[in-house]
Amino acid sequence: MSHVADRASPIEQELLPEVGAASRWGDRFRRYVPAIIVFILALVWWEAAVNVFHIEGFLLPKPSVIAATFVAELSVVFPAGLFTMREAVGGFVLGSLLGMVIALVTARWAGISEGMMPFAIAVNSTPIVALAPIMNQWFGITNPLGKMSIVAVIVFFPVMINTVKGLTQVDAGALELMRSYAATEFAVLFRVRIPNALPYVFSALKVASTLSVIGAIVSEYFGGSREALGVYISQQAALFHFAEAWAAIIIACLMGISFYAMLLLLERLIMPWHVSIRATEEE
Amino acid sequence: MKPVISISDVSKVYNQGRDNRVYALDSINLEIHAGEFVSLLGPSGCGKSTLLRLIGDLITPSVGTVLVNDKSAAQARRDRDYGMVFQQATLYDWRTVSKNVQLPLEIMNYPRHKRQARVQDMLNLVQLESFGRHYPWQLSGGMQQRVAIARALSFEPSILLMDEPFGALDEMTRERMQMELLRIWEQTKNTVVFVTHSIPEAVFLSGRVAVMSARPGRIAGVIEIDLPRPRNFETREHPRFFEKITEVRECLRREEVTGSTT
Repeated sequence: MSHVADRASPIEQELLPEVGAASRWGDRFRRYVPAIIVFILALVWWEAAVNVFHIEGFLLPKPSVIAATFVAELSVVFPAGLFTMREAVGGFVLGSLLGMVIALVTARWAGISEGMMPFAIAVNSTPIVALAPIMNQWFGITNPLGKMSIVAVIVFFPVMINTVKGLTQVDAGALELMRSYAATEFAVLFRVRIPNALPYVFSALKVASTLSVIGAIVSEYFGGSREALGVYISQQAALFHFAEAWAAIIIACLMGISFYAMLLLLERLIMPWHVSIRATEEE
Repeated sequence: MKPVISISDVSKVYNQGRDNRVYALDSINLEIHAGEFVSLLGPSGCGKSTLLRLIGDLITPSVGTVLVNDKSAAQARRDRDYGMVFQQATLYDWRTVSKNVQLPLEIMNYPRHKRQARVQDMLNLVQLESFGRHYPWQLSGGMQQRVAIARALSFEPSILLMDEPFGALDEMTRERMQMELLRIWEQTKNTVVFVTHSIPEAVFLSGRVAVMSARPGRIAGVIEIDLPRPRNFETREHPRFFEKITEVRECLRREEVTGSTT
């Protein structure tokens, strides 16, 4: 009967996504061209606008001035950035681990989930940086642990809520199949629920990475160690040293972006199969 | 000969004891023997999927018993007597084709070398041997469903339960998959219970067709399909094939007529 029920036809094989390795880098570069052009145009427009409209340097410094200050201040700004990133990353790790663990417990016992989720969602939509002055009191103003705990609280809720979603919003058919294999609850957790949750967890972690940098810097505005980036920014701004403040903001940007990029990379390594990655997936 | 699956006086009521209760199945009796290919055919709402899920112990009957290999359906499920295939392939996105086929074997603690050998055999069986390393989204609907069949058969269950497995496929792919399924079935000799609402599909595949009617779900008649095997594309053009289709259709219509007068 093989004349009808034959192998995957050549047409089916042709339809499989296939990307030539040679053209991939070219394609990728071409995709970034518009963004690069916009970036350069914005800088040129900014520089020109400051010149043309005679905007005072202490209000809005020119990009060229900021760049020069950035280079000059790098030895101060860069360590400050690292100091603040340590707080951000520390709080991020603490908060997300806790969020995932609580989510596992919550997802397992539906009662806990129903009792806790409304509060989790409510807290998630309150501005937690408002706690910063209180945390400063609790841990001492220069203690990085205070900032870390703020970041941890900020990060905790989105990570927990998304992890619970990922663990519980599993396709009913997938669970029925596991039932037909007489799989243990443990097997269902590790082979279905957790892999199913990964995309949810990563989208939460990506949001959380940005939140953690914001949280760390803003909580430093309420006072902190002299080595901290947030403290540096608020002091320089108070002294009308705006070019210095901007230089520090650039560091904050760069570090936030690298943090985010590292998570993207991790996401790709851990789930090469995921939808959001398919567009650039090879094989 | 003792039946493999024996369904006695089974009824299923949803929302029992409440105003919105639904009589999904009413006093079903059906016996299925080893190596048979039986279809459950009927309009939507006739409870054919419910009956299949009762056999597979995904749900339990309100009244009556389902015995499988002389055990309760629950015990049969725990003994891994069932392979299941649904309308959606329900492949695990994060696993390659091979890993999907391998999943039940991991859960059942097959040793590694045996797992690999089984996966290879199964991919050969469904003729996807060169697609082991692809991810599900890289496959067409028909290919995905073939992976689902390979996965359902990987642990050598004696019974294959299929719930409209080709319902989401286009007509051409569907006919090819029907041939494919018969070829596989002739090799594996499973007992197959196949839910469908397509009359030609049921007639083409089955040894017997249990025609069901709705509200409450009942078996209106069981029709023997005595077309010769192996069946192939010529079967579909055989006069006997059309006679059988007519017989099934009349059985369905008779039910509609008597059903509407009561």
